[in-house]
Amino acid sequence: MSSEKGTPLQSETSTFHAPSEPLAAHSSERTTQNFSVIGKRNLKYDWHAKLTGAAKYTDDLRLPRMIYGRLLRSPHPHARILRIDVSRARAMSGVFAVLTGKDLPIRYGILPSSQDETAMALEKVRYVGEAVAAVAAVDEWTAEEACNAIEVVYEPLQPVMSIDEALDPDSEKIHDWTKHANIQKNVLLEFGDLDEGFAEADRVFEDEYFFEGNTHVPMENHAALANWEPTGKVTVWSSTQTPHYLHRELARVLDLPPSRIRVIAPPVGGGFGGKSEAFSHELVAPVLSRLSGRPVLISLSREEVFYCHRGRHPVRMWIRTGVKSDGTITALDFKSTLDGGAYGSYGIATTYYTGALNTLPYRVPRYRFEGRRVFTNKPPCGPKRGHGTVQPRFAIEAHLDRIAGELGHDPAEMRKGMLVSPFSWTVNHLRVTSCGLPEAIDAVLERSGWREKHGHLPQGKGIGLACSVYLSGAGLPIYWNPMPHSGAQIKIDRGGGVTVYCGTSDIGQDSDSMLAYVVAEELGVDIGDIHLVTGDTSLAPVDLGSYSSRVTFMAGNAARQAASKLRAQLFQVAAARLDVPEARLGAAGGMIYDLEDTERQIPFAQAAQLAEAEFGTLGETGSYTPPKLAGPYKGSGVGPSPAYSFTCAVAEVDVDLETGILSIQKIWVAHDLGRALNPVVCEGQIEGGVYMGWAEAVIEEQVFRKGLHKQPSLLEYKIPTSLDMPDVDTTIIESIDPEGPFGAKEVGQGPLAPVIPAIANAVYDATGIRIDSTPIMADKVLRAIEMRRKQHAAAV
Amino acid sequence: MLRLNRFSYVAPGDLDGALALMEKHGQDAMLMAGGTDLLVNIKQRLATPALVVGIRELPELQGYSLDRGWLTLGASTRLCDIEHDPRIRMMYPALSDAAGLISAPQVRTVATLGGNICLDTRCNYYNQSQEWRRAIGFCMKKDSPICRVAPGGDRCWAVASADTVPVLISLRAETTVVGPSGIRRVPVESLYQDDGLVPLTLRFGEIVSSVHIPPPDTWTTEYAKFRLRQSFDFPLVGIAASVRRDPDGNIADARVVMTAVASYPERASGAESVLRGKPLSEESITTAGHAVFRQAKPMDNTAGSIFHRKRMARVLVERSLRHIAGLPERDARTA
Amino acid sequence: MKELFRLNVNGEDTDVAFEPYKTLLEVLREDLDLTGTKHGCELGECGACTVLLDGRPVMSCLYLAVEAQNKRIETVEGLADRGVPSALQTAFARTGGAQCGYCTPGVLMSATALLRENTHPSRDEIKEALAGNLCRCTGYIKIFDAVELAAVEITGPES
Ligand SMILES: Cc1cc2nc3c(=O)[nH]c(=O)nc-3n(C[C@H](O)[C@H](O)[C@H](O)COP(=O)(O)OP(=O)(O)OC[C@H]3O[C@@H](n4cnc5c(N)ncnc54)[C@H](O)[C@@H]3O)c2cc1C
Ligand code: SF4
Ligand code: FES
Ligand code: FES
Repeated sequence: MSSEKGTPLQSETSTFHAPSEPLAAHSSERTTQNFSVIGKRNLKYDWHAKLTGAAKYTDDLRLPRMIYGRLLRSPHPHARILRIDVSRARAMSGVFAVLTGKDLPIRYGILPSSQDETAMALEKVRYVGEAVAAVAAVDEWTAEEACNAIEVVYEPLQPVMSIDEALDPDSEKIHDWTKHANIQKNVLLEFGDLDEGFAEADRVFEDEYFFEGNTHVPMENHAALANWEPTGKVTVWSSTQTPHYLHRELARVLDLPPSRIRVIAPPVGGGFGGKSEAFSHELVAPVLSRLSGRPVLISLSREEVFYCHRGRHPVRMWIRTGVKSDGTITALDFKSTLDGGAYGSYGIATTYYTGALNTLPYRVPRYRFEGRRVFTNKPPCGPKRGHGTVQPRFAIEAHLDRIAGELGHDPAEMRKGMLVSPFSWTVNHLRVTSCGLPEAIDAVLERSGWREKHGHLPQGKGIGLACSVYLSGAGLPIYWNPMPHSGAQIKIDRGGGVTVYCGTSDIGQDSDSMLAYVVAEELGVDIGDIHLVTGDTSLAPVDLGSYSSRVTFMAGNAARQAASKLRAQLFQVAAARLDVPEARLGAAGGMIYDLEDTERQIPFAQAAQLAEAEFGTLGETGSYTPPKLAGPYKGSGVGPSPAYSFTCAVAEVDVDLETGILSIQKIWVAHDLGRALNPVVCEGQIEGGVYMGWAEAVIEEQVFRKGLHKQPSLLEYKIPTSLDMPDVDTTIIESIDPEGPFGAKEVGQGPLAPVIPAIANAVYDATGIRIDSTPIMADKVLRAIEMRRKQHAAAV
Repeated sequence: MLRLNRFSYVAPGDLDGALALMEKHGQDAMLMAGGTDLLVNIKQRLATPALVVGIRELPELQGYSLDRGWLTLGASTRLCDIEHDPRIRMMYPALSDAAGLISAPQVRTVATLGGNICLDTRCNYYNQSQEWRRAIGFCMKKDSPICRVAPGGDRCWAVASADTVPVLISLRAETTVVGPSGIRRVPVESLYQDDGLVPLTLRFGEIVSSVHIPPPDTWTTEYAKFRLRQSFDFPLVGIAASVRRDPDGNIADARVVMTAVASYPERASGAESVLRGKPLSEESITTAGHAVFRQAKPMDNTAGSIFHRKRMARVLVERSLRHIAGLPERDARTA
Repeated sequence: MKELFRLNVNGEDTDVAFEPYKTLLEVLREDLDLTGTKHGCELGECGACTVLLDGRPVMSCLYLAVEAQNKRIETVEGLADRGVPSALQTAFARTGGAQCGYCTPGVLMSATALLRENTHPSRDEIKEALAGNLCRCTGYIKIFDAVELAAVEITGPES
């Protein structure tokens, strides 16, 4: 592995100084407020459907006369397509349609700056598993035979399989437009005078780290069902986290007005970032449907899902930090190189994310970040839970652990002394509002018995700590536009039923429940009276999608705004009827009542009828647009968020020094999520995040051999079983964010990140060995132990 | 959805019926017991039988009986029964342990002992979809002359991966094999040969009908398995160790069998001879561990690294023997 | 060619035509419209397809439907009694044992089989019983909690 240090980069440079005006700490939510729904351990909105088998996921849908699509995929990591002959396939009985790349040549890509994919490969294939042709047939057996009957002649090219190969100027170019070797993008950001910072430092530390790639593995494989109606309208049901973006990409690639396309996201069986952009099968299914005059279902196999990927980038990192003797940072210099796979995907955003949040949660007065992303002949990488921030967090927190050790400080106390203050700005112009990290650190220290354990456990046993930070929604949309990020509509019927329309896609994070809780609280009705229409681009207003932990903050605020407008109308008529000033009214349990004399009340449904008589049909909209937070420099769009969540984790491990096998005794985690709208759901998100972080730390890796994914199956790509899962102790910290809905921030992604460095740091505490790359597998640990033993033997 | 290829299915009423079907259809037909290995292979198009002959319900393959200390189990005995049946667990705890470490609970309710004995060898260039294998250019075990693990060589190194087999061998178990030319009794050990392509010595159409295990007498047996997850995973190394001690505590005989390090279940002969005639002590155990370390030569065609699997083979054999000897677990911290 | 078979699913005898090479998973989902049973691999590697056969959990993706004749087949659709969820289902709702819900039908079937045999499973026994059901959302903890809660709901706290 070559050093990251000193590699010159051509890139856009920006120098920028942080705004100096202080932020006022103001809270619109009273912590003590009495809620009837919020904060209660309510059942999830869709509990019945999800526990009885009634929930219909995409692959469960059946349309009359439905047929089946299948994609033929590239067997080469890198090759030119010389010829495709589909005539035999087309002539087979039971085959309705066959397509190749030429039939859908319009380029697309989730980021406006990287429009580099086509629905199926055109002149070149760039990874094993890239779609090359598609068929629609009467059943899946025939579709498979038809794919086998398609002849493709390839001219294999030298594959580029690693960062080093991609940086080599002599490597084969994957995309002909890259200027230097296979480098897609270089970025350089500099804030403050680093030389000054290092000069001021008492000590300077430098380290290198590598984070291995891994992937999402939602239990539901991707699937799309398309129905092209003779009228020219097309409906696509898809297992997607981002129905709105899929809608846009479909319009582009199918060259159709968006007004003719409807995207529906049925319940999604897990996403974790892997279903956040358009995939070949989603773009191809509608065309197969048009050509065959039948609804077409394409349901991917598990192996194909590994080829869709868009998961965690492998990242090589270099870090240099100047510190005072108490550990406080005087300057931070950070470089990352991302192995992006074959296409852009979200990768430019990911590249920026490997730098953007490194100025949190510790004070960093001067900061420099160089990032670059390279292309390789592997499935494209993209966003996985914690998008781009997980890799640098591993590096920074392991690095700080070493610094604390060498300076003779307790790693927890040292961190506590350098935290950013709530309601402050960072040097790279991130606005911090609420921050409950001090409380989170104290909680895990207390609960884990940190003070008695750290540095005091016997050889082979150890404990480690790390902190992290994440966004509650990206401050900017994927494509630039001034419109809201989330919209909601609410209609109230005469019987008191409340219907909420919102374009969110529920991927298991309970965004549907969140909408129901927020609206039920605001209107004072029972959750059972709420009806939801979500994940449908024709029936519901736009929500940008389930990514960047944005839904609670943004859709929650939009829904709350719509509900509060209706609440005002209802209160107006109720006040008149009860002869009480509006300000004295409350709403809960299906009643609107006088706060001072709760016996004075009127049922919600009656108020709704009065209001309808007064104002006409009851319906309101709400929207949410984040405040403009981006700093005045290029690349500042990545990082700002209306609020940040903060996490602290402690892991206790037991390392078997004979086998290298790690057993995680327990993980303690405390997460500042603003407010828990439902503690059960929040704990579930935290536990799920801890699980995924721990798995990335010790067992999961996406590796390639001879140009192929080595293990595209659930047997060989190791996701943990019930017997592997360690014990987790979860603490929820509520900092009540002034701008979040009822004070809520995010909980879906943040808790993953600190678990990985906490484990690495615990391994050090147990063995005195620093493992500087993930996953920290037994094999790696044992090699390090043997190496040290040999060195000791040699030294004697 | 991954589909099976289009085949016909027959479940004959008795063993003769099954033999006759196999004889009639030849290589187009395949035997299926629980199907938990065969159906996977069919879905990956490693096999594409025209006829599947279901043998799990054959009356001759059922049953449990004890005769002069020998336990006879029908080939259709399910792994979950071997795992849980208190009679089996009492006599052969290592066999129950091995069965319980196979795959997942929902597989063990269906998978059979006979199927585990006849499990095909495995390789991560081979146990892949048809598309994946096409991309790598196939391999010697199916559709190509080249082995992807050792491309220069002329053999297949696919790995014997069954968990019960090493235990059965260490227990000196035998099988009854029924074929077109009659019935024979074959030691489990003799069912295998060092060939990844054709790992079984069974002749085409022969059926393993039952397994016979001699009385445990004074043998003590342990099975230890290394894998990356605590469920689902095939062994990356498995060690069955059996020891018989004479009255003065010396080892009269030892049988140590390794799985997942070669194309057949391999006797750790070096370790066995090191142990024979010695007391089961720190010293003899360490020496046996070294012998296993030297002998185990896994190839790079499973999960995990060769480096680690070789070391795990040593640790597993040492820990099993220590357990048998009643020695305390070695303090790993000073290792 | 399709042939007609009789299967007993959730207590009902059903005549259904299918090919001999169809798995029980495929027949349930495609020929009987019981899509509650899920699939994540079709190779016995995830447990999403778990159903009960004569009370024992099996991977329906590795089981030929023809071989399920004369056996009692139970799927997630059969757990609720005329719309009233079982104690286990209710416990899952209360502890948050289902997030995306995709592994849930399989998990419920494995756990149902466990609770019928063992009314007070320890946490380790629960982990063993669910070792063939991968879940990617929950980290399993709330699933374990649900099974424990259901055990108490069904038979009361262990005395
Ligand atoms: C996810 C997964 C994980 C697994 N993990 C393990 C593991 O950890 N350890 C392990 O050992 N196995 C494992 N297996 C493999 C398999 O489940 C077991 O080996 C099982 O015991 C096979 O038995 P069966 O009855 O299902 O075999 P089948 O699939 O029916 O048969 C296997 C082979 O044996 C032949 N055969 C079966 N019975 C006979 C007989 N009586 N006479 C002659 N030939 C016969 C068949 O023709 C076929 O070729 C795993 C399988 C899966 C799907
Ligand atoms: S060892 Fe070689 S020939 Fe045998 S299965 Fe593996 S790649 Fe194929
Ligand atoms: S679908 Fe059957 S185990 Fe995965
Ligand atoms: S709840 Fe989503 S996989 Fe288990």
